[in-house]
This record gives sequence, structure tokens and C-alpha cells, in this order.
Amino acid sequence: MSRPPANRFPATFAALREHDEAAFVPFLMAGDGGIDTTERLLDAVVEAGADVIELGVPFSDPMADGPALQRAAERALKAGTTLTGVLDLVARFRKRSEVPIVLFGYANPFLAFGAEGLAQAASGVGVDGLLCVDMPPDEADQLRLPLRRSGIDMIFLLAPTSTAERIDRVLGVASGFVYFVSVAGTTGVKAADTEAIAGLVARIRARTPLPVGIGFGITRTEQATAVAQMADAVVVGTEISRRIEAASDRADAVAQVGSLARDMKRATHRSGRGR
Amino acid sequence: MQKLPDRRGHFGEFGGRYVSETLMPALLELEQAYAVIRKDPKFRSELRRLLSEYVGRPTPLTLAGRLSDELGGARIYLKREDLCHTGAHKINNTIGQILIAVHMGKTRIIAETGAGQHGVAAATASAHFGLPCEVFMGAEDVRRQALNVFRMKLLGASVRVVESGSRTLKDAMNEALRDWIANVADTFYMIGSAAGPHPYPMLVRDLQCVIGREARRQMLAATGRLPDVLIACVGGGSNAIGLFYPFLGDAEVRAVGVEAAGHGVSSGRHAATLTAGTPGVLHGARSYLLQDEVGQVREAHSVSAGLDYPGVGPEHAYLKEHGLVSYVTATDDEALDALERLARSEGIIAALESSHAIAHAIRLAPTMGRDQILLVNLSGRGDKDMETVASARGVQLRGESA
Repeated sequence: MSRPPANRFPATFAALREHDEAAFVPFLMAGDGGIDTTERLLDAVVEAGADVIELGVPFSDPMADGPALQRAAERALKAGTTLTGVLDLVARFRKRSEVPIVLFGYANPFLAFGAEGLAQAASGVGVDGLLCVDMPPDEADQLRLPLRRSGIDMIFLLAPTSTAERIDRVLGVASGFVYFVSVAGTTGVKAADTEAIAGLVARIRARTPLPVGIGFGITRTEQATAVAQMADAVVVGTEISRRIEAASDRADAVAQVGSLARDMKRATHRSGRGR
Repeated sequence: MQKLPDRRGHFGEFGGRYVSETLMPALLELEQAYAVIRKDPKFRSELRRLLSEYVGRPTPLTLAGRLSDELGGARIYLKREDLCHTGAHKINNTIGQILIAVHMGKTRIIAETGAGQHGVAAATASAHFGLPCEVFMGAEDVRRQALNVFRMKLLGASVRVVESGSRTLKDAMNEALRDWIANVADTFYMIGSAAGPHPYPMLVRDLQCVIGREARRQMLAATGRLPDVLIACVGGGSNAIGLFYPFLGDAEVRAVGVEAAGHGVSSGRHAATLTAGTPGVLHGARSYLLQDEVGQVREAHSVSAGLDYPGVGPEHAYLKEHGLVSYVTATDDEALDALERLARSEGIIAALESSHAIAHAIRLAPTMGRDQILLVNLSGRGDKDMETVASARGVQLRGESA
């Protein structure tokens, strides 16, 4: 059997380990404020030191998201954002950056595009991973296998509610990294309790060599600092969407998100050395 | 027929468990608990007792004699789910689910509702068992169904008004799922239709099958034969699957599901998911869906809040795909006309949802012979719809200025 083509995750996480840093992973809802705004925001978070970027693909019924990301998705859809438009955006971004990209979305838009077609198109523009919130391993082969053949990792979630059986089920198919949802809840509603998380993350770590990312509920840099001590990646999403929502215009949004991203990236340096 | 769903909750290519990993343990726990409890004689006898003493089952089978004579064709029989406690079939499901919730040690009930009938049934069952209940309801439905909102509150439930999306049933379900994700340890999610992730479509079907089992027995007792055609309205599809399922082995019985065509299927303002939708994933299952070409869910429309849903239970998608049930539509106007006609001919005010089934019976009966039998599921009573019907007919019910 031929090995799947490589993507950017292994090198990225290896370099971070070497520098004793966790990855800072900003989440941007593609098309919130228009796709041009997202393009500017991508550059801003890269400049701020983003190590991996999660790019949200908006869906009309985001059942795992809290109000802030629901509104972001609604704004993005109103601005006419489609998966095709998101892929075009990644293609443009790839001409100037090698920061790994994860598409983050829901099953229906991905399946409407077509699993095989999506795997090929996404790989063609330089997508590295895909996270489909409402597709647990039990339903995921239809997307995971075409993606794998195209060198794209399907990123799976684990939660505080995950039993030992579920952890094994997820780790049995996970690649790239695993994403630990740090609160039992939707995105950005509850604050992450870093002490409670530590034990759960240790359980996951004991069972997999894959990098472990943590997200859903990280809004402050102190949390990011604490999470970076136990995780390989710190995902920040809702707080970014809130800044975009509160910004007076596009330039302000870019400035606000850039500033937050710089603070968050600094928080992921484990030995406390800021850049 | 092969026993469905399969072990992974699939009805052929439909169904399944398309949910966030956070919910998977809860769904597996529910599936396991149900597998045990369904065979437990204590559960079965307790459910039987509650259905008889509290819900008022068996519900009668009524010959709509005058309507049948007027139409001059098939004899129309009505399965009177409108006579269930709370006024609709929804309580068959909530009484069963609350027994499961209690068995599982859950201490809080959540539910979504469209027309409010399931919300009322969930609030009723919760009150009967002394459990706190929160019902998620779209703001648009809260406006349309003020009476049911009041009933739920009277029953001690709290109503959480959902302002996101189209502010109807689908958004209420999103919000209920979000609440469940956040409170999964102590909370039981009481889904009202034969939709959602496995095991709900199976669980709700099993609990609603009492409709079809009774009707089959009653029909044989009354006429000595089985009906030629079964008719039920389909939103999510729980009353329809409950009627149809016990007859699926009877090759001579044809089943017809009636979807809401709203202003007409060609108008784009309808809720005819199986008729005009395409397969997709929403609310935890793969089924038919009203969606655009890039997979965004479209808003449904129906004068009946209970049918105003862009999805449909996965087993109906399977039954359609395999030609085991046919699905047709009735418009808002046809349903309103049917409601009025049944009221005058039979002295029965049906819910707007059920009036879609009546509308199709009115169309179909004259094309059939007088020796043939139509069995219509009268899934609920129409009291809750009086304001909607009045306003559609230009009648103002209350003194306040419009």
C-alpha cells in the first residue's frame, strides 16, 4: 500500500516541540465580514505567529456552536460564503504562506460538495486537515478515506464526556492531531477549567502519540498559558469572532484580531519567554 | 422486511448518528438503556398502565360516515389520536420516554417543540413524574401557538424562546441539542419526532406504533378486513410511522404520507421535504432535507407549525426510496378547507397538521370504490389552531386592534 502524501502537520508540530511551544491555532469563520476580510485576517494571524489556522466553513444550522459563532456563520452566509469560495481563499493564501490549514465545519455542506471532489479540491489548494463537527468516527469513513487518500488528515474531537471506549474508537481513526473539547458544551459558552482538563488530557496522551489540541472555552491569555502546559495546540475561536463582531470596520477588526493573536501566541511559549 | 434500523442506526443509507463526539456517549447510553428496558416486563406493564389510565388509550376508531357519503367513494375511518390526553399523539412518545429517563436516573427533561403539542406532552409527562422540564420553542412558533406556550407554563415547564435562524422548529432543535451537549450528564433529551440521531427514530417509532397496532385490531373488529389505504401527515413523521409501521407487512395495504405544500411546492414556500428535498444531514441523521445546492438548510413554510420543518425522519426517507410508502402533498389552503369540511361533516375539529391528511383523503376517496376503506390518522385536535384558522379566514378573535 502506498503511503498517503504528506501534509504540513508533522513538520509544524516537530518544530514547535523543539522550541518548547504549543501551537497557537486561531479559528476564523470564513466570510465573516466578507471573504476579503477573512483574507486580511489570515495574514494578520500569520504575522502574529499563528502555527495552524482553523478556517470555519459556515453552516445554517451549527448545532455544536454557541451564539457568537452562530452569528458569525449567519453573517458569513449572508455575505454569500460557500465552500468553493473558502477553497479559493485557501488557494490564494497558499501562494504566500505555508501555515497549515484545517477546514472546520458541518457534514451537510461537505457532503453536498461531494466527498471525493472535496478531497481532491482541498488537497489541490493546500488544505492540511478537515474537522467535521457532526461526523463522529462511526459515520466518518465516507469523508475520512477520500481525504486520507489525498493526504488530508481528518481531525476528530474528544470531549470531557468521552468514555474509554470512545477515546479508543476516536484514536483508532484519528490522524494529524486530536482536538480535545475542553468543556462539555458548545463553543465559547463556558470557561475552560484547566485543572479538570489536565486529568482528561493525560488519559488521552497515555493512549496516543498524536499531538493533542485543546479548544472550546479559551478566551483569555491566562487560560492559554495554562492549556499550553498540557497541550500541543491551543485553539481560540469564539473570542476572535467576538472581536470581529465588535470592530468598527475591517481595519479595526484586523487590528483587534492581530493584537489578540499576538497575545495568545506569546501565551503558548511554555518557558514563559515571549517573543 | 428486514428489521431496521441496523446496529449502527441506519435505515439503508439514511439515519445514523451525525452528532458531536460530546453527545456520542449519551446516545450510546440511551441505546443500551432502551435495549434493556424494552424487554423488561415491568416497563411494559407500566407503559401499558399509563397509556390506558392516563393517556386514555385505546383511542377510538371512528367511521366518518357523512363525509364518506358526501364524497361518494371509499369509507373513511379516523384513528382518533385527537382524543389522547393533551389532544395529540405526542403523549404516546413522551410517556414512554419519561419512563426511560427515570430508569436511567436522569433528573431534568428537555424537549424541542414546533406547534407546541410535543412541548405540552413533554411538560405533561414531566409534571406527572415530578421532573423539571425545559421546552425549546422558536420565537415564531411562540407567537403562532400562544395557547400551547401558556399550557406548558401552567404544567410547570419553562419555555426557552429561540431567536436564532428561522425561529421555528429546526432552530428549537438546534438549541435543545446545544443544551444537551452542555448538560448531558443529568439531562434527558426527549425528542418529539421520529427524527434525530439513533436511537431516537427507532425509539419514537416503537412508542408510536401503538397507534397502528390498535388501529389494525380495531379495523379488523369493525370491518373484518384491513384498510386499502392508510393516510397520515408527515412533518418529522412520528404519527405517520406509528400508523404505518404495523401495516408494513401487509402487502394489500397502501400507505400514503402527506407533506405540507404550504403555498404550493412550486412556490418554494413549503415543507414538502420528501417530495421536493434531497438527501442530506441535519440534526443528527442523514435523511431528506430542504436545502440549497451548496448544502445550506432552507427555511420551511407551512400554516401548520407542527409540519413546518425542513427535515424528516430517516425511516420515511428509506420507505420512500424503497417505494414502500408514497408521499404526496397538501397546501395550506387545502388543509384549511379540509379542517372546515371535517368540522361540519363530522363534528370533529382536527389539528391543522392532521388536516393535511384529511385533505388527501378528500381527494382520494371519490376515486375509490364504496367497498374500499381509507384509514386516516387524526393525529391531533384543532383547538390550538383556532387563532391561525380565524386569521386565515379574516376573522379577528380578540377585541384588541390589529
